[in-house]
Amino acid sequence: MEVFEQGIGKIFTDPDADNARAHFKTKSRAMTNKLMSLKEAIAKFVKDGEYLAIGGFGANRTPIAACHEIVRQKKKNMAFAGHTSTHDFQILAAGKVFNKCDIAYIVGLEARGLSPNARRYMESGEVEVSEWTNYSLSARLKAAAMGISFVPIRNVMGTDTFKFSGAKRIKCPFTGQFYAAMPALWPDVSVIHVHEADVYGNSRIRDITVSDWDLARASKHLIITCERLVSNEEIRRTPYETQIPFFCVDAVCEVPYGAYPGVMAYEYFSDEEHLREWLKVEENPEEFKKFLDRNIFNCKDHMDYINLHGGTEKMMMLRRKEFMLNTDKK
Amino acid sequence: MADYNTMELMICTAARELHDGVSVAVGTGAPCAAAMLAQKTHAPNLLIIFEAGGVGPLLPEMPISVGDSRTIWKAIMATSMTDTMETFCRGLVDFTFLGGAQIDMYGNINSTRIGPDHQKPKVRFPGSGGANDFGSFCWNMMMITPQDSKRFAEKCTFITTPGWLQGGDSREKSGLAKGSGPYRVITNMAVMGFEPTSKRMMILSINPGYSEKDVQDNCGFELLKAKKIKETSHPTKHELEVLRGQVDPYRYIIGR
Repeated sequence: MEVFEQGIGKIFTDPDADNARAHFKTKSRAMTNKLMSLKEAIAKFVKDGEYLAIGGFGANRTPIAACHEIVRQKKKNMAFAGHTSTHDFQILAAGKVFNKCDIAYIVGLEARGLSPNARRYMESGEVEVSEWTNYSLSARLKAAAMGISFVPIRNVMGTDTFKFSGAKRIKCPFTGQFYAAMPALWPDVSVIHVHEADVYGNSRIRDITVSDWDLARASKHLIITCERLVSNEEIRRTPYETQIPFFCVDAVCEVPYGAYPGVMAYEYFSDEEHLREWLKVEENPEEFKKFLDRNIFNCKDHMDYINLHGGTEKMMMLRRKEFMLNTDKK
Repeated sequence: MADYNTMELMICTAARELHDGVSVAVGTGAPCAAAMLAQKTHAPNLLIIFEAGGVGPLLPEMPISVGDSRTIWKAIMATSMTDTMETFCRGLVDFTFLGGAQIDMYGNINSTRIGPDHQKPKVRFPGSGGANDFGSFCWNMMMITPQDSKRFAEKCTFITTPGWLQGGDSREKSGLAKGSGPYRVITNMAVMGFEPTSKRMMILSINPGYSEKDVQDNCGFELLKAKKIKETSHPTKHELEVLRGQVDPYRYIIGR
């Protein structure tokens, strides 16, 4: 196929479909109990130097507990999918977990503002970057989920986003229309936070799915963190609710409030006060170091961290806020 | 002295572009306020879509994120980002609003970096997010932004999101969707459109209290002028009541 134009950005993963198939050939099809602690799952499946992706959307249904654990275990030199990433990016940048990054959306927390520390890290020159867009990275995951090496999509052409990406401009063999070809992205490991899962990894998401449907299928290894475990009978009762089947999953970790301080739809709203505090303290690197010790390194697990910020009472308040019960205002 | 501020004027002006029965892809902040205002006034059948997957919510309050649970409050569907983006690409989304650090005369937008070295930028911004996708797919791209000669730049350091690219037919030639492109730029001083042939930015109306000279002095490139430049209409009493009372009662956006 003729290539009319080519971005100069690096492709950090192998887009070859047969190489991906060779991996999936070895993946277990057995429905076995994959329940383990988050600590164990991160130690076992998140490896220095590999490619990491995080599910959800920034601070919405994002596996924040897992991000903390990755930083706590001092994982380094990873490549990261900076895809709709906000608070997850902020945490992983604080731990300098990655030094290569596919960028769609980074360093910002949407309406909350920009992360001073993540910005310092991205302006330091320590991180090798490739530019994409939210849909480009979704499409790259979709290609991987389809088991093919690229998909043609209709964005980025004519822009610097294309120029600094690893995409190629090609022509449709049927119509002559130009498209941007997006190389498949098979992450080595991903973490997705869901509402419910059984011990085998069959998972339900009661929310927007963002790119998680494709991400789950594209990932070579997948860690599921869930708000609560359910029985396999419960999964089989309404199979149409299963978003991720067990054969995509390598580890299941029960992590209640695993998306805190972000939103978990129909469970709890975001802790805006704490997110603001986090953004503010980053302005002072010395203070931020102490803040990280207190909130991540000196915490044994996610519940430990939540207890620093109001524990169960806080979570009940955030639950009322999620449902807009407004009982706190009166 | 008018009894409204510039942000309120910009939101009301933007809301009027969203007539009943059209679809709009919005982000957080002023664009979302404009969509909510339109939905609660003249456009009850406005279809609001959030890129992360929220389709047709009845927004109870301003979302903080385009993926937070408010974006699926009493919604039609909670879907995937791929589905929403593909819906845009199929040509089902009429309007979108974008912002950025720099905008040039063809409506190209920079939200990626300032400085020449891409691997070590002087200032790093979030990047495209969904902006390039919105700018590529939606029929009419609008911008709501304060105006000064730095932001309205002769040349963007980095083109994150396509406007009319180099003008003329360069956008369509690149492969981007035919008939899509920048439509309006709504600033604190004026409302701009784009001249149909050259695709250069053009003053359509000037906000109360500003002159043509103010608008040009606060722009880093030469603006074209519509044959008849009007004064931007004032917000109505009803629009302001709904905006202040229902859309943004805590003044998150209109208090800026």
